Amino acid sequence: MASLDELFRQVILDHYRNPRRRGSLSGPHVHAEGLNPSCGDEFSIDLRIEDGVIVDAAIQGQGCSISQASGSMMSEAVVGKTTDEARDLSSTFKRMMGIVEGEDPLDPDRPGAVLGDLEALQGVRKFPVRIKCADLPWTTLTDALDQFDA
Amino acid sequence: MIDLRHLRDDFPILGREVNGWPLVYLDSAATTQKPVQVIDAVGDYYRTINANVHRGAHTLSAEATDAYEGARAKVASFLNAASPDEIVFSRGATTALNHIAYGWGLNHLKEGDRVVLTVMEHHANVVPWQLIARHTGIELVYLTLDEQYEVDLTGLNDLIDERVKIVAFSGMSNVTGTIGPAKALVEAARSVGALVVVDGAQLVPHAPTDVQEIDADFLVFSGHKMLGPTGIGGMWGKRERLEEMEPTEGGGEMIADVGLYESRWAPIPQKFEAGTPPIAQAIGLGAAVDYLQAVGMETVRDHERSIVAYALKRLDEVPDLKVYGPTDPAHRGGAVSFSLADIHAHDIATILDQFGIEVRAGHHCAKPLTRHLQVPATARASFYLYNTTDEVDRLVQGLMEARTVFGLSA
Repeated sequence: MASLDELFRQVILDHYRNPRRRGSLSGPHVHAEGLNPSCGDEFSIDLRIEDGVIVDAAIQGQGCSISQASGSMMSEAVVGKTTDEARDLSSTFKRMMGIVEGEDPLDPDRPGAVLGDLEALQGVRKFPVRIKCADLPWTTLTDALDQFDA
Repeated sequence: MIDLRHLRDDFPILGREVNGWPLVYLDSAATTQKPVQVIDAVGDYYRTINANVHRGAHTLSAEATDAYEGARAKVASFLNAASPDEIVFSRGATTALNHIAYGWGLNHLKEGDRVVLTVMEHHANVVPWQLIARHTGIELVYLTLDEQYEVDLTGLNDLIDERVKIVAFSGMSNVTGTIGPAKALVEAARSVGALVVVDGAQLVPHAPTDVQEIDADFLVFSGHKMLGPTGIGGMWGKRERLEEMEPTEGGGEMIADVGLYESRWAPIPQKFEAGTPPIAQAIGLGAAVDYLQAVGMETVRDHERSIVAYALKRLDEVPDLKVYGPTDPAHRGGAVSFSLADIHAHDIATILDQFGIEVRAGHHCAKPLTRHLQVPATARASFYLYNTTDEVDRLVQGLMEARTVFGLSA
């Protein structure tokens, strides 16, 4: 079925089965945990931020392929970005997913140009009950950034 | 196998499609579908006799009261209660368990007392006792499950002493299907004078239930899990237990007299039914009981036993599929929880839904159990009298599709 193939893209299954940056950080870092109580999905993130730049990230979690792949892709995407850039990334992602209002940020002529692997998650939009799965890591990221800023 | 296929015509929703496929409804442990007899009973009440009950001298009120109390009598007969007075209606099984915990527990339990539960309890039979523990300092003690997913009774004698005041357990698990060992637990509780509370939310819809034979003190039930409407359920309680239990809600309907500073309560069961009750829902539940009695609860149980036997056999053919529950259909109910390879339960449910197959995924409101099983989430197919072996076949086909979607060999 076309929509199932769009939902469970190869790249999503790859991140689900081989999550990047899995683990925890030692030394100074911020730590945030997220939970979807209705489904039990869990996600946590450690960020090391130096001079306003995310220099390292580590994630842990358990849950469905969508939540865990979203977190894995996110952890790769935020390293090297300033905290402001990471927040921009989050808002771009949430616009792509229809979680926040705004124009679809993707460029249909250049797949992957705006959000890289994360664009594979756009298929989730057709499954409204699963959007919160994709969003869990991003709300956790925002918590971590808010902690750092506080 | 008992063929109940003809009953399906009574359930209008079973004729619909989901995502272009004929609906396969395998989530009856969450809520059951409703036969037209129940839907009509609710509609007819509103169309013909709608009025408030137990008050007013007019004809409609009298007719509504008769219908509401008639539903109570039907439930009493269904459960073989000694009297309809021993049936207390409430919003559902959860509310009933809270009534017992607060109305009886809070007024009779003290620090150091123990409540024995099992790890397979639904949150509704865990959290109310935790709330009471905060007020009273009681201890909660758990029986666990053995490797066959049966309640492990080996340590029961060591666990039961004079500190134990209540033994509360599920009559049938909504996750593993395990049937609670009522006889052993009632005997153990009685040996130290403890009360017995049975969570019958799954048991009552799926197996003949005789409260006098079980000989507990309380048994709670859920209307919407037994073909009835949502918003209705309740408890059976032994007369003397109900009489010594305090009301947990005050208001209209539940009083004999009200003064400025003190009031006297109405007799049971009205003492526990403050405010306007769910009248239409109770009448709908009465119709559901009529329906189940016409089919026969032995027939319902036999049908489920054979469909679960078929399902366990077919599921065994799916590679990397693990069922969490007793393998003997005689020892279990119709809830079949499973995992499939490394495919998360939510992903399984999403894929099955694309083929019109509705299953539940997650912790099933039984997190202590999923922790005990060391599996954070399972998919659950749960069966009822309207399910067929064809639907089991569709489930198995859907699971093979899930394997394909996740790049696993068929």
